[in-house]
Amino acid sequence: MSAMTTQEKNELPHTLKNRKAPIYLDYQATTPTDPRVVEKMLPFFSEQFGNPHSRSHFFGWEAEDAVEIAREQVASIIGANPKEVIFTSGATESNNLAIKGVAHFYKEKRNHIVTVVTEHKCVLDSCRHLEQEGFEVTYLPVKENGLIDLDVLRETVTDNTSIVSVMGVNNEIGVIQPLKEIGAICREKGAFFHTDCAQAVGKIPLDVEDMNIDLMSISGHKIYGPMGIGALYVRRRPRVRLVPMINGGGQERGMRSGTLPTPLCVGLGEACAIAEKEMGAENERLRRLRDRMYQSIVGRLPEVYLNGDLDQRIPGNLNISFAFVEGEGLMMGIKDLAVSSGSACTSASLEPSYVLRALGVEVEMAHTSLRIGFGRFTTEEEVDEAVECIIREVERLREMSPLWDMHNEGIDISSIEWAEH
Amino acid sequence: MAYSEKVIDHYEKPRNVGTLDKNDTSVGTGLVGAPACGDVMKLQIKVSEDGIIEDAKFKTFGCGSAIASSSLITEWVKGKTIEEAGSIKNTQIAEELALPPVKIHCSVLAEDAIKAAISDYKTKKGA
Repeated sequence: MSAMTTQEKNELPHTLKNRKAPIYLDYQATTPTDPRVVEKMLPFFSEQFGNPHSRSHFFGWEAEDAVEIAREQVASIIGANPKEVIFTSGATESNNLAIKGVAHFYKEKRNHIVTVVTEHKCVLDSCRHLEQEGFEVTYLPVKENGLIDLDVLRETVTDNTSIVSVMGVNNEIGVIQPLKEIGAICREKGAFFHTDCAQAVGKIPLDVEDMNIDLMSISGHKIYGPMGIGALYVRRRPRVRLVPMINGGGQERGMRSGTLPTPLCVGLGEACAIAEKEMGAENERLRRLRDRMYQSIVGRLPEVYLNGDLDQRIPGNLNISFAFVEGEGLMMGIKDLAVSSGSACTSASLEPSYVLRALGVEVEMAHTSLRIGFGRFTTEEEVDEAVECIIREVERLREMSPLWDMHNEGIDISSIEWAEH
Repeated sequence: MAYSEKVIDHYEKPRNVGTLDKNDTSVGTGLVGAPACGDVMKLQIKVSEDGIIEDAKFKTFGCGSAIASSSLITEWVKGKTIEEAGSIKNTQIAEELALPPVKIHCSVLAEDAIKAAISDYKTKKGA
């Protein structure tokens, strides 16, 4: 993004004036809506405002046309037929609908569900609910690099498994699961393959035919589209059937009733179209930025560890443990950088990141992790500034850390009997 | 979550960061917390012949509130007798720093740390 003009700065809310703008490095949390997307959305608020389900007049028809173009754009980026795409409120709804919808529809024939311990909370929590209803759920472990073991998956999926849900890209560590291999295993066993691709769309090539994907969740705001919109791909041949969660007027082939929000649908469609066109160049640029940051940090700071596979990873993500420096304390020091931490202190729960724990990262190391996310509007200058800021603060806090002293004295911290509190 | 101005002040300009010679018989060392819980405090006091705390130093691994709690307590205990220092309550620290409920444990840790340092000093003296 270009630098703000004085006039633009004067229009900022009071709290943001007279303060250096923080650098946004949390692209896995959300992305700014691309201005090109916003521009496409705007006419659908007050001018072309019709209900896309109104069949009897022009206002409805033009809204419907816009929604159908958006559906084609979403379908195109994943190699699907537009008829197989239904709009939802976001990836959380899509994941709920896919997993619960399939599980409920096929429960008489199959009542086993397979997922992975590092999935997003909305997948895990949907599965927990199904367990309470009497379904059997297997939570696959991951290897140290964050990827599942395909042999374990093959042994786990049985002819009683209705659905296998494995995310495309992990939201904390950015690792890419082997979707094509997973799809092949599911197809062979006759189980449906659902993948949460909220973090994957626009970041890695996706093709529902080539990868044998039966259901795919998509999010708007993770791909420079608006918040409040997502999509679910539901295969037609062989047909996947769902029990809907929202009943009503029968929109979206009866799978998701409710009036479609035309501007949001248009925004998601445009975001997909831009992503499809620019993914190659964008990934290359982000990889250079990511490598620049990673090399600088590991080159200048000892005792830093990358969490998750480096190669099987989207270029826009780094997850690094800075040993002997607590993550929340570090984030306070780098307050001009908007990042997130796997430390317990940043979440409502007392446990540090369950994703990092699943990789076998020790609890104390999970407390020292930062997730740094790069994206479309991240500049080289911002990366350089962030690197200097992180290094300066890690060094300052290590000088203040009793654990750093012990490490330098050659004391094995794990050998001490700590009084856990 | 927003930090109070006092927490930010102690975090950005921590008082009395450092280390005293733990083998010195006039020095008491308290090490509390656990890396797995996300905070570890090391608090050291140097006590004069007449039982007055002449110097205090800390090192802390933890969040901003943990760093601020330890920095504050080193300021408070200096010049106090070990009895006075041992009677500091975590609630006083929490109140001074305006800690939110989720950060109360940081002040508890600081109270534990000074008690542990005093206890270590007394053990050394008694030995």
